[in-house]
This record gives sequence, C-alpha cells and structure tokens, in this order.
Amino acid sequence: MTAADVNRTILAVWRIEQPCLITGLSRMLRDVTLAEDLTQEALVAALEHWPVTGVPDKPGAWLMATAKRRALDDLRRRRMLARKHEMLTREQEQEQQAMPDPDAALDDDIGDELLRLIFTACHPKLSREARAALALRMICGLTTEEIARAFLQPEATIAQRIVRAKRTLSESGLTYEAPRGAELSERLASVLEVVYLIFNEGYTAARGDEWLRPQLCNDALRMGRVLTLVAPQEAEAHGLLALMELNASRLAARTDAAGDPILLMDQNRARWDRLQIRRGLLALARAHDLGGGQGFYTLQAAIVACHARAKTPADTDWPRVAKLYAELAALVRSPVIELNRAVAIGMAEGPATALVIVDQLAHEPALKNYHLLGSVRGDLLYKLGRFAEAHAAFEVAVKLAGNKRERELLMRRADEARDAMTIIR
Amino acid sequence: MRIMYIVTSPQSDRGPTPALMEAMGKLADREIKAGRMLDTGGLMPIAMAGAQVRITDGKLGVIDGPFVETKELIGGYAIFEHRDMEEAMAGAREFMQLHLEHMPGWEGTCEVRVMATPGVDGACDVGARAHA
Repeated sequence: MTAADVNRTILAVWRIEQPCLITGLSRMLRDVTLAEDLTQEALVAALEHWPVTGVPDKPGAWLMATAKRRALDDLRRRRMLARKHEMLTREQEQEQQAMPDPDAALDDDIGDELLRLIFTACHPKLSREARAALALRMICGLTTEEIARAFLQPEATIAQRIVRAKRTLSESGLTYEAPRGAELSERLASVLEVVYLIFNEGYTAARGDEWLRPQLCNDALRMGRVLTLVAPQEAEAHGLLALMELNASRLAARTDAAGDPILLMDQNRARWDRLQIRRGLLALARAHDLGGGQGFYTLQAAIVACHARAKTPADTDWPRVAKLYAELAALVRSPVIELNRAVAIGMAEGPATALVIVDQLAHEPALKNYHLLGSVRGDLLYKLGRFAEAHAAFEVAVKLAGNKRERELLMRRADEARDAMTIIR
Repeated sequence: MRIMYIVTSPQSDRGPTPALMEAMGKLADREIKAGRMLDTGGLMPIAMAGAQVRITDGKLGVIDGPFVETKELIGGYAIFEHRDMEEAMAGAREFMQLHLEHMPGWEGTCEVRVMATPGVDGACDVGARAHA
C-alpha cells in the first residue's frame, strides 16, 4: 500500500467509527464538543502511526483506545484542577463524581447515545444552517471542506459556523440531552426539518451541479434510518424516511443521458429502484401503524407512494392523490400545495375543474414569481385546446424559470402550443 | 454508493460458529444503526435449493443441478450504502477479520461489488415537484 492508500483507508475507517467514538466518549465526558475534539485527535494519532505500523486488525478499537486514553488524561487534569481550586478557596468539599468505568459505558447500547448526539447537533438554539452543518459533521462524518462544497459556501464560513455552533452549545450548558415523551416529539420536529433540508439540498439541485449533492440525499437518508431505529415510536420519523426513500428511488429515471429533466409521467418506471421503493413503503406502513396518517411528512410520503405503486402513469390513483393533497393543505396552508392539488384534480376529474383552482391562485403573492404556476396553467389550457392562452402561459413560465434545463423544457412546450395553434388555423 | 458484498466459501459443511454469529450480530447492529446497512440475507447452497438459467451456443437452458463443481458454495449477501470504495473496503476487511478471529480454519471470499445506481445528476425534476 502506498502512503496515499494508507491515508485513504485511515479516513474511511475513521468515518465509519466516528459516530460510535463520539457517542461513547460523550457519555464518558458529558461533553459532546470535547468528545468530538478527542475523536479528531485519535484520527491525527492514526495518521501518524498507521503509515509506520500498518493498519491494525481492529482499527476501530485502536481509535477508541487512543481517544479513551486522551479522555482519561483530560478527566485527570480536570480533577486535579478541581482539587487545587478546592484547596485554594477552601470551599466545602464536594468530591468530584467518581470516574465512570469507560469500558462498561462503551459496551452499552449506542442507540440512546446516538439519539442524544442527533438532538445535540440539531439543538433549537442553533440556526437551521448551523444544525445542518453540525449534523453532517458529527453523524455523517463529513469534513468541513465537504460540507462547504455541498452548501456552496466558502470553507471559512462553514468552519466558523461550526465553531460558533459548538460554542453556543457549550455556553448554553445544554450540550447533552435527549428529551423524553411529549418534549421528544416536539424537539424531533426540528431534527426532522434539518434532515429534510439536507435531503432537498441534494435532491432538487436548485443551484450548481456539484458531485457531492446527490451524496447529500444519501447522508439525509442515513440520518433518517438512524432516527427510525433510535426513536422507533415516532410516526413522523418513519414518515420522513418513507418520503425520502420513495423520492430517492426515482433518481435514476429523473434525467436523460444529456442531463435533461424527465417529467414524472414520462419517466421509465423500470429504472425506479424497487428495493428502495419496498423500504419506503414499509416505512410508510409503520408510520400509519403508529397513527401518523395525518403527519406532514407521512402525508407527502403517501402521495409519492401513489406514484410508486402505479406500474404506468395511467394506473395512478389520482382521486387518492387529490384527497391526500387536500389533507395536506388542511395541515399547512400553502399555495404551492394547492397548485399540486390542482394538478391531481386535473388528472382525476379533467383539466376544466383544475383550471378553476389554478386561476384562483393567480393572485397569490407567493406564486407571483413561481414558474410552475405558468407551467401547470399552460398544460391545462393545452389539454383544453386553448393553445394561444397555453402558449402565453408557457412564455410567462419560461421567463421565471431559474434552472437552465427547466427553461429549455418550458420553451419546448411553448413552441408545441404555438405549433398546435397554427395547425388549427 | 450502493455496495453489494457477496460471501462465498467452498466449505459447505461448516455453518458459522456461535461466536462468529454473535460478533456478526454486533457488527450488523452497529451498521444498521449507522444507517449504512440496507439489506442482508443468507443464501442456501445452490444444490439444495436453486438453479441456473444459462445461455450457451445461442440456446437458453435451465440447469437445476446437481452442480458438481459448485455444489459446495454457500454464502450470503449484504447491501450497504458507502461513501466510496475505500469505505466499502474497510467494511469488508472488518467483516472478514471477524471470520478470522471467530472461525479458525475457515476459508472464503467476500466479493465487493459496486451496484449500478444513478451517478451524479444535477438537473431538476419538474414533474416530481409539480405532481408529487
């Protein structure tokens, strides 16, 4: 193995072990920030030793032993400092807590610890961006550079964000907690939001075309799977996982060889990942079993499941899709959801009914610059044979579309409408 | 990156030892909790329950045994989500290390294969956002 090979292996091993190391050390030290620093120190030690001694047979155990040794040093130092402090101030003796047995702690089930780690990284005291960066770093083991690339931010910005987030956690004194019961469900919402944010960053690719962005989908999926395992009673965690698995199952079919987008109805369904769909449907069923049928993520997952279950676009249960959108709209008032409901109604009951809803949405300020309003409107008008109006609607959409590929697609549709117009004349 | 590990061994008469089962169970537990392990399963020997559908000389044929050369094969598979090939190899090494420790004398292979999944796609799915 060359030195570069060894270094790559070390980084790979470290990435696999990192969440375990952090959770084990956090329990020992009651300090996530310190645990993360020690984990990094173990990595540095491995980078120093392994190229010389070779990669040990149990690299994970080696890393843990190294980090543990440093943790014990740290505990001793802190204890000594405390004693000196005590002596000087002659305050009443408050013997430091007996040192925990690290081995017993580390052999324990990591599930609960992992949950604490997730809740710590996604603490509501932090901004959404800071939460996302911390979660990617501590749970998925991404480097600062990788996170910066994923969010298209300068590395210095991300590094600063992480440092500031860790300081906020230390200062708030709330660094290490996993809420229970009702509080857990409440706090879980902010965790799910962060995971979904990360997934969408990778999935919608609104900006740029970095290779790491699809990887963000995988990282979000990974966190989603962890969440359903460590908080198995939370319906919405299963709902979010279902939503992400089902959406990700279509990744291969979403673009053609040239990178152009392929509409859902035109996608080659043979390219949808059946294994992933199966996992998504299982997660959805679990969310329903737990009584999550009306949750934000579960409802969305149920909609995507309607598409996943349909062998051809014609098989889609459009009345059910429309009904689910109506339920979703009752939960979150959003003109975008209303627009989606209109699309489903257009498929279930015909374009005329849908157009009434879309025209009502025309004055929504939130949709003023939303290109999909024009796109949907154009599509409905086209189906109704009102080609001149369809052409105009697509033209509006073209002007508003931010993504180059989308713009090209809409231009094609505008041309189609114009051609249909001339044929009729 | 989706990875499939395929484990095979010429020693069909030896099932895993209890110590190995326990060690593998621990590893699987950790990997599932880390969100990396997606699916796993054991495979029965092909001679016991299995067949091959082959094309030779332009003809389709079903061979349902006995498999003189391959009847000893027994194994399993696991599907993982790894960041890159290095991470996949580190996982495979750790898995085989368990066999080395908990099942002395065992011989076998862990094949590490990259599954065909979409690589990088940068474009937007207009349909998915408008319809789903």
